[in-house]
Amino acid sequence: MSHRYIGASVVRREDPRLLTGRGRFVDDLELPGMLHMAVCRSPYAHARLRAVHLEAARQSEGVVAAWSYADIADISRPFPMFLSHPALKAKMYEALARDVVRYAGEPVAVVAAQDRYLAEDALQRIVVDYEPLPAVASLAQALAPGAPCVHPDVPDNVAAHFAQSVGDVAQAFAGADYVHELELRMQRGCGHPIETRAAVAQYDPFEETLTLWATIQAPHRMRRALAALLDLPPQRVRVIAPDVGGGFGPKAQLHPEYVLVALLALRLRRPVKYTEDRLEHFLATSQEREQLHRVQVAFNRDGTLVGLRDTMYIDVGAYTPAGVITPLITQTTIPGTYRLPHLHLETYVTFSNRVPMTVVRGAGRSQAVFVMNRVVDHVARTLNLDPAEVRLRNFIPREAFPYDVGLLYRDGKPMIYDSGDYTACLHKALEIFDYPAMRREQEAARRQGRYVGLGMATFVEGGGLGPYEGAVVRVEPGSGRVVVHSGAGTQGQGHETVLAQIAAEVLDVDLAQVEVRTGDTAGLAHGMGTFGSRVAVLGGNAVYVAAQQVRAKALRLAASLLQVPPEEVGWENGRAFVKREPARGYHLGELAHVADIGMGFGMAAPHPEWEPALEATHYFKAERATYASGVHLVAVEVDVETGQVRVLRYVVVDDCGRVLNPLLMRGQVLGGVCQGISEVLYEELVYDEEGQLLTGTFMDYHLPTAMEMPAVEVDHVETPSPLNPLGSKGAGESGTIPAQAALVSAIEDALAPLGVRLYEFPLGPRRLWELIQQARSA
Amino acid sequence: MNPQQQRVVSVIVNGREYTGTVPTRKTLADFLRQDLRLTGTHVGCEHGVCGACTVLLDGQPVRACLLLAVQAHGARLETVEGLAAADGTLHPLQQAFQQCHALQCGFCTPGLLMTLKAFLQENPAPTAEEVREAIAGHLCRCTGYLHIIAAALQAAAQLRGERA
Repeated sequence: MSHRYIGASVVRREDPRLLTGRGRFVDDLELPGMLHMAVCRSPYAHARLRAVHLEAARQSEGVVAAWSYADIADISRPFPMFLSHPALKAKMYEALARDVVRYAGEPVAVVAAQDRYLAEDALQRIVVDYEPLPAVASLAQALAPGAPCVHPDVPDNVAAHFAQSVGDVAQAFAGADYVHELELRMQRGCGHPIETRAAVAQYDPFEETLTLWATIQAPHRMRRALAALLDLPPQRVRVIAPDVGGGFGPKAQLHPEYVLVALLALRLRRPVKYTEDRLEHFLATSQEREQLHRVQVAFNRDGTLVGLRDTMYIDVGAYTPAGVITPLITQTTIPGTYRLPHLHLETYVTFSNRVPMTVVRGAGRSQAVFVMNRVVDHVARTLNLDPAEVRLRNFIPREAFPYDVGLLYRDGKPMIYDSGDYTACLHKALEIFDYPAMRREQEAARRQGRYVGLGMATFVEGGGLGPYEGAVVRVEPGSGRVVVHSGAGTQGQGHETVLAQIAAEVLDVDLAQVEVRTGDTAGLAHGMGTFGSRVAVLGGNAVYVAAQQVRAKALRLAASLLQVPPEEVGWENGRAFVKREPARGYHLGELAHVADIGMGFGMAAPHPEWEPALEATHYFKAERATYASGVHLVAVEVDVETGQVRVLRYVVVDDCGRVLNPLLMRGQVLGGVCQGISEVLYEELVYDEEGQLLTGTFMDYHLPTAMEMPAVEVDHVETPSPLNPLGSKGAGESGTIPAQAALVSAIEDALAPLGVRLYEFPLGPRRLWELIQQARSA
Repeated sequence: MNPQQQRVVSVIVNGREYTGTVPTRKTLADFLRQDLRLTGTHVGCEHGVCGACTVLLDGQPVRACLLLAVQAHGARLETVEGLAAADGTLHPLQQAFQQCHALQCGFCTPGLLMTLKAFLQENPAPTAEEVREAIAGHLCRCTGYLHIIAAALQAAAQLRGERA
């Protein structure tokens, strides 16, 4: 084999167009006669809609349509949910609010006009008569006795309550040396891709087909939902996710605006575009992270963990578009890298009058990793043991894999860790960090009155989530070009490159000979989408298997043409040949030609054994999730007078199974780390008591810039997954998942001389300064 | 003020002259994207923070979302579409961005390239810290910036005629 690409740092093929301004983002699309949609949103977090007056808006210049719920009542229905759960009291929104608005930013009316400026002019002329209702603005308020109800038929605001247990917690607690209680909190944040949400819809009456171009992660899911909501057969709906400017979770969700733009296009018979502005993104795009955990941990004098009880409260906002996916992921991610034979995990999901909570990169895992690593640090501090040592004493050992945690994961399947070597990961990280030397430096810094701290966090990430992802691999007759279609959309991960690497290696052809198309429902009949660190695992292995099927088919065809047994046919450089007579053979393009017309190269009649079409479709099914793991080690210095944190060093050792492209893998890790650090130090969505967002611009909600990003050292341990032929596990979220925990661990360590204990994030300068002051005055 | 008031705007974009009539309230970003169909300039926040819409106006980086098209009347503009050579050869910055994996989704990239182009003309031999500061007005959610800094340093070396 001469073309080895899997595992190579191949530079990206998508880059030239993106670097020269020839990217194909949704807002770049311009169609003849296109209208522009603008959305009238509720200014109240909770209100009854008395009347929506659209007459003036309809008279406004350039306006073609202005609709409220009354105008779509004939077709409107609650949106389908992605995953249901028996414990969940599901509540779904419709495309426009019917009679009650339940979060500030909820769509109340839409306008379609000749351009966006005119559409926004018309919004100013819409008059809505609201009767404000008391709002539930926080998790604490949702649970408070006598709180207002978000949904009248859920009087306690509890959307779901479910629990899982392993072993016998009560007995374990009774026999433990220590039982301690901790309370931990995380606040809301959001994904903030730099491209906001956008969609263009067009109905073609000739083809009787609705096409939606949208900035989304899961085109097939969108197609299923649109077909169901608009009463269209799915084969008459085509959804395309072209270049998408970052996803991070919210773009995998079904938001009302996509349905509105499609419905307008369908009814007005004109293309319609909607591009969300950043202020709308803050208000109306789903968010994540806020949780409260009450933990009891039982441990022994030697630092061994004996058992753990966690009661978790998580707020989903006004509706449940992502069901209980995030609560389930957090619940099951709690034990992580640690052997915890006795566990009781209880989850309460609440409603509030805020934009729905769905997922943001990491999707509930960061919070669980935060909880567990804070617990382990607490144990270390209580017993005056080194935090690395406590981790090593409690790790699931290498020889225990596959390791059954005893829980059911979010895919409804037993949580069985497929492979891993947590001890090797931590040892490697400690070595790169030169931990003993760093501890000595920390001592020296403390003697100088500097607050330097070292922190760490280990994690397990269930990714590669099922049920499946598909691929088509097709060889073009004559040219021999290989075309790969993958169902999952791409938002910058480099799928066009990585999937091409896999196909090119299997078929032993030059990378330039492979073309990858992603995110188009016309390319592949079925698909799921890009989320849960799954594309390299499921999409990658689908390409791998389909390419192997193509190669096997090509070999059989060549053998029959060459009139030799298949085992006497060799394969190299995309060419089949007789092993004993290498000059006799056929190129991939020639074989595709024969497979296309059944004859060729002087043959008069079709060969009796010919198999038409040199292509294969394979849907790779996930038996269970794959479990990536790793460790982050951080050194920080805290300025105790200002609460400012400076990251001095950051080391990542990651095990995502077999690495398909180290360069792109490093890119994923760095971006993830940046986001995780930012969630501790910079980002926080603040709502007032009435459910109004106070941090609705980039001036108030800070994303990190190059000035804030520390240097990061990245290395790997590879324990290939036995669950798929490539041995891959998810990698897209692992940079973010342990970053919050590792950073807070380091900050607490820096402030240890002051006795500051940290059980929350974010920890911006003001909050950290407050906690420092509290500790100093205590 | 009549928001529909129209004005004639003449600009030179990437060496080519354009004249058009635009509403006075139209932003420069919308003018470039919608009227001139130069969609490489992206709009990320429309309040001047993210930097995705950065173009060069008479050689200086400006935010096309915070300028009106009429304010650019008579100016010489450069956008990402004009960065590569006429024969398609990528600018050293573009080459370095690809080699260093300095972009993922590519949405913020055009703005970064334009800022860096102006910056490297001003400071052909920057330190990493100076590059950080130069791009501090740009938000990128994908990369964590480190590869962008590496790419800028590599492009600077190439522009100075050194082997990267």
